[in-house]
Amino acid sequence: MSKSKKVPYLVDRPMSFCPGCGHGIAIRLVAECLEELGQADNIVFPIGVGCSSLLGGGIEADRLHCSHGRAGAVATAIKRCNPNNVVISYQGDGDAYSIGIGETTSAAYRNERFTTIIINNTNYGMTGGQMSNTTLPNQKTNTSVYGRDCSVTGNPIRFPELAADQFNVGYAARGSVHDVPNIRKTKSYIKKAIEMQLSGEGYSVVEVLSPCPTNWKMEPLEAMKHIAEHVTTYFPLGEFVEKEEK
Amino acid sequence: MADMMKGNVAIAEAAIRAGARLYAGYPITPSTEIMEYMSWRMAEVDGVFVQAESEIAGINMIIGGAACGVRAITASSGPGISLKQEGMTTLSDEELPAVVVNMVRYGNGIGTLYSAQCDYHRETRGGGNGDYRCIVLCPSSVQEATELMVLAFDLAEKYRMVSVFMSEGALGQMMEPCELPEMRELPRYPWGFDGKYTNKKVGIFDRNSRDEAVLLNEKYNAVKENEQRWESIDVEDADYVLVAYGLPGRASIGAAKELRAEGYKVGMIRVITAWPFPEKAFQEVNPNVKGFITIEANATGQLIDDVALTALRTIDKKVQCYCRPHVYGIPSVKAIKQDFIDVVNGNMKEVY
Repeated sequence: MSKSKKVPYLVDRPMSFCPGCGHGIAIRLVAECLEELGQADNIVFPIGVGCSSLLGGGIEADRLHCSHGRAGAVATAIKRCNPNNVVISYQGDGDAYSIGIGETTSAAYRNERFTTIIINNTNYGMTGGQMSNTTLPNQKTNTSVYGRDCSVTGNPIRFPELAADQFNVGYAARGSVHDVPNIRKTKSYIKKAIEMQLSGEGYSVVEVLSPCPTNWKMEPLEAMKHIAEHVTTYFPLGEFVEKEEK
Repeated sequence: MADMMKGNVAIAEAAIRAGARLYAGYPITPSTEIMEYMSWRMAEVDGVFVQAESEIAGINMIIGGAACGVRAITASSGPGISLKQEGMTTLSDEELPAVVVNMVRYGNGIGTLYSAQCDYHRETRGGGNGDYRCIVLCPSSVQEATELMVLAFDLAEKYRMVSVFMSEGALGQMMEPCELPEMRELPRYPWGFDGKYTNKKVGIFDRNSRDEAVLLNEKYNAVKENEQRWESIDVEDADYVLVAYGLPGRASIGAAKELRAEGYKVGMIRVITAWPFPEKAFQEVNPNVKGFITIEANATGQLIDDVALTALRTIDKKVQCYCRPHVYGIPSVKAIKQDFIDVVNGNMKEVY
């Protein structure tokens, strides 16, 4: 028998994402995890610039729209000043991995006790589909019109792997929202990340692969399939580090 | 009995006593002792200290702390403050109070290590994007620096603005007798994040920038009306008035007093709030004054613009406005007296 699930009360109004976008699913997963962990009234969101900032328009909670890329620094201070609040920086790949790579990496490097959720849709969505640091090799965008040439632009960055390999972080994983099994798995990753933060043992990051049908110029179903067949080959799904909670 | 204290140390301790409980920043000469002091002192008062990876991250940490209602401070010098402009316009946009210390050093680009006043225009106009102002406080002694630090936090809180503490490299490095302010135990600002959404912030997409702009302008006008600060001597009957701030301001007082003793009718205005500019000081000046002379530690003359504009607004006739930019360092009393003699003898051309 199918069960209907209530929309988490943190989500107070319809969000304004494009049809077929994965942001709405990711935000709902975050809200569900917070509710299930009893933290929905104990949450502060520093949010990025770009499509991720639309979380600010749809969630009823303490939230701060940070300057482009700076959420890692803002979150650092919020968590250190309010250690008992759950702090989740919600950012896109352009925000966290390009303009904010310094702040994102440094927060992981210091093992700050907050959680970062990074929506990776392999392009700058809000500005209309330009190449980002996660754009796939040969992917066409508005600034790589013949396809991304990695000999000139460098290779796409894999941040959760970097955090897991190089820093003493608590939890690093990559999920996807392109089908139901992966949505469920991604939810478990987000939950573990928040639990890691609650344990105080270390920084936690979950990257979420997300379809961008508008800028990929695909139908929503085609975009989901594109993630399964192409995006996941470059960005493997799974958990890269899971420190034991004390 | 006042203790001898180094400027940067006195500034840092005064900030702690004024209630600062978050410091985040990046080292840069000649402000670094402030950060070094905070790195151990903040822990003693259960505050937060973060050595940030950059000036940009540092000011964004200040934003995070201020958003939680914590009194927050960062310090730097010219080039570092350039990087902080993004955060300062964001603080102003969110109407979050904070104190930003600029121990000014001379030069464009990465500049030099010489003490100077070359950042006047940037600090008084707001160097980031948009339409905002910061309160700018300029001490001329270590003692005054500690007093203005308390005021910087109080004004930032009262108006929910950024207070810029604009001093000079030399003031941070010199030692003087200094009575520190009393330690204050203050609660956090009442409107900060608590995770419960107790204090509703206007959502980023629900804002009405046109209405906000009107309110912001009203706030800035209130600051202009209520918060002008200056020190002046002998301006009521002066033929010439020296205008300066910071350490050149202190030297100019000495020069004005000596010139007066030598029979010249010279007055002096020492600017304490570079913004709001002390227009009221000019309303007390002799209506028949012949000229204003700014003494500055920069290359192009910056204070002169505010002086000329203010003279135009406060004095019924056109008054000549002269400027002697000494580039960097602190001009001596002797040098400032010579500047005055150059004006009187017609050897200095007016700027306005």
